Amino acid sequence: MSDIDTQRRQFLKTSAGAAAIAIAPGMMLYQTAQGDTQAASSTVRWGMLVDTAQCKEGCNDCVNACNKENGLSGKTGTTDSQWIRKIEIKDVSSGRALSLPMMCQHCEHPPCVDVCPTQASFKRADGIVLVDRHLCIGCRYCMMACPYKARSFVHETLTDQNPDVPRGKGTVEACSLCVHRIDKGQIPACAEACQNKAILFGDLNDANSEIYKKVRSVASVQIRADLQLNPGVRYQGL
Amino acid sequence: MRLLVSLLLCLCIPAALAAEANAPKLDIGKGGQCVKDTQWMRKNHMHMLKHQRNETVRKGVRVEAEALKACVECHASTSDNSVTAREDSFCVGCHRYAAVKIDCFECHASKRKAEVASKEVK
Repeated sequence: MSDIDTQRRQFLKTSAGAAAIAIAPGMMLYQTAQGDTQAASSTVRWGMLVDTAQCKEGCNDCVNACNKENGLSGKTGTTDSQWIRKIEIKDVSSGRALSLPMMCQHCEHPPCVDVCPTQASFKRADGIVLVDRHLCIGCRYCMMACPYKARSFVHETLTDQNPDVPRGKGTVEACSLCVHRIDKGQIPACAEACQNKAILFGDLNDANSEIYKKVRSVASVQIRADLQLNPGVRYQGL
Repeated sequence: MRLLVSLLLCLCIPAALAAEANAPKLDIGKGGQCVKDTQWMRKNHMHMLKHQRNETVRKGVRVEAEALKACVECHASTSDNSVTAREDSFCVGCHRYAAVKIDCFECHASKRKAEVASKEVK
């Protein structure tokens, strides 16, 4: 091999190295500019445990926080969207009264998904049941199928939506477990707003999470457990 | 041959100029390039947004730079914070020129997050 050839090779090697160094900082910048590019994992099962003993009658903090976070009007008429409602129940024979929040129960086997003709209603890998509004045709089958009356239909044209929570006329919507917050590593707005910490949010599959331990140590029930939908939302002291 | 080339050039230059003159003048807001070059974006932004929306909604993959929110954040007008408010707004200007209806903003916010947040406080 001639002397010129080796020099040429050396030159190519060093220039390639310099190029790699020049690219590396740029790539780092690119990666930090991205959001959470990880897809939702099926090893996670997001859920909630509501302690009815801590949920105070007349307190509406969770509902208000939900309305603010998701840009809902807060009205409770028949054509207004309600993603979470406060329910007051009373056992007629004993007179024991309870107050609790009701929202989409994020079932493992959601009937709303079964009936959807366009597959707009779907369950994400991490157990969150959502409506893909790009595909929703507004037929409202899911609203009829849901045993918890958790879903609402948007009847009117909306303006000034929250950029994180797109909503629009002619589609069905419901509690999304604040999916935009979960993907950022935050907890749902209702759980954050509850002053008595009555709503415990977490990963039902994570053995180190508070909710995993509590579900295994205190008695809790799923509403309409007889339907065998395995909801992700559980109630304590019901 | 030379004559033919010069004749073609003579025909092409005015055509190109005319196309530029008729092209919509847009309020590009802050502008800048974060995903791909302008020409690529003009041609392919709809495919990119549609791909991205499925990845985000159904799988939870959130690539910030490719989100519609990020487009609005940079391209909303610096005067009214919107991509749809006026005839020369970033999205409306071109879509009107191309006669293509935009459905995005029936659900998605067409304003910067800061603008929406300041309205809530008021």
